[in-house]
Amino acid sequence: MERSEIFDKVRDLLVDALAVDDDEVTPEATLIGDLGAESIDILDISFKLEQEFGFKIAQGELFPEGVTKDPDYVQDGKVTDKGLELLKQRVPHFNLAALEADPSVANVAKIFTVDALVTFCEQKLQTA
Amino acid sequence: MRWMWIDRIVELVPGEKLVAIKHISLAEEHLHDHFPATVARKPTPIMPMSLIVEGMAQTAGVLVGHAEGFKQKVVLAKVAKADLTREALPGCTLRYTATIEQFTPVGASTKGVVELIEPARPDQGAQPAEVIGTIDLLFSHLDNNMSGARYPEENFVFSESFKTLMETSGIAADF
Repeated sequence: MERSEIFDKVRDLLVDALAVDDDEVTPEATLIGDLGAESIDILDISFKLEQEFGFKIAQGELFPEGVTKDPDYVQDGKVTDKGLELLKQRVPHFNLAALEADPSVANVAKIFTVDALVTFCEQKLQTA
Repeated sequence: MRWMWIDRIVELVPGEKLVAIKHISLAEEHLHDHFPATVARKPTPIMPMSLIVEGMAQTAGVLVGHAEGFKQKVVLAKVAKADLTREALPGCTLRYTATIEQFTPVGASTKGVVELIEPARPDQGAQPAEVIGTIDLLFSHLDNNMSGARYPEENFVFSESFKTLMETSGIAADF
């Protein structure tokens, strides 16, 4: 499936799940910041992705859970090197460059963009 | 019975489908407030649509809870869609049909259909059941929540009220 086709499907699904307008769903938009997603929406999006694309998503596979609460991974409000390494392994669909430049814990949510979601789907479809 | 918005479970296919009914009675106090008379309007008792959504949440919630023997704390997390097209008046029966769409350790999504069964009146015969809406919901298994928050051990979701509902519907409630 072409990336543009995946994006169109992801956009429609986000419009439905988050009650946003389709022109708000740009590749750069962050799910939690720009599109207003809450934690339960991540589950909703996860269910919708499974239905739309036919793959299975394990718990924590789409978005890391618990990393920001673990003192091994976050110290003094910043993601540690160990935390960054874990994120790279656990969520390879995220572009971590911005977080590496400024590892403030508040920036973790910013890496979860629409583009990252499309990459996630692309990778899942390739390995399916 | 506190805050129960379904009266009986009429069909249960474990892990798949649950059908429940609610009879709407003029004795229900909220119908006197929804809506009272005003200068411009006679009293207008209508079943609040928000409580129809709650009725579906209880129907689907029991279905999701039953799937794992009521071990999980199943809470309504999101009303994904609620579309109701007709008012439900006293004397009518609401029939809720909930089906599980997806089920994981974290939660479940359900589809729901609401039907209105209208009995006879002096000016018209009984009407066939009519679909008056759809309500799709998302439930979270609280102990597996994504934020990692912890909750008390006791299952405070499926209380005595739910046990009574199940027992009066002829379903074993040994949880």
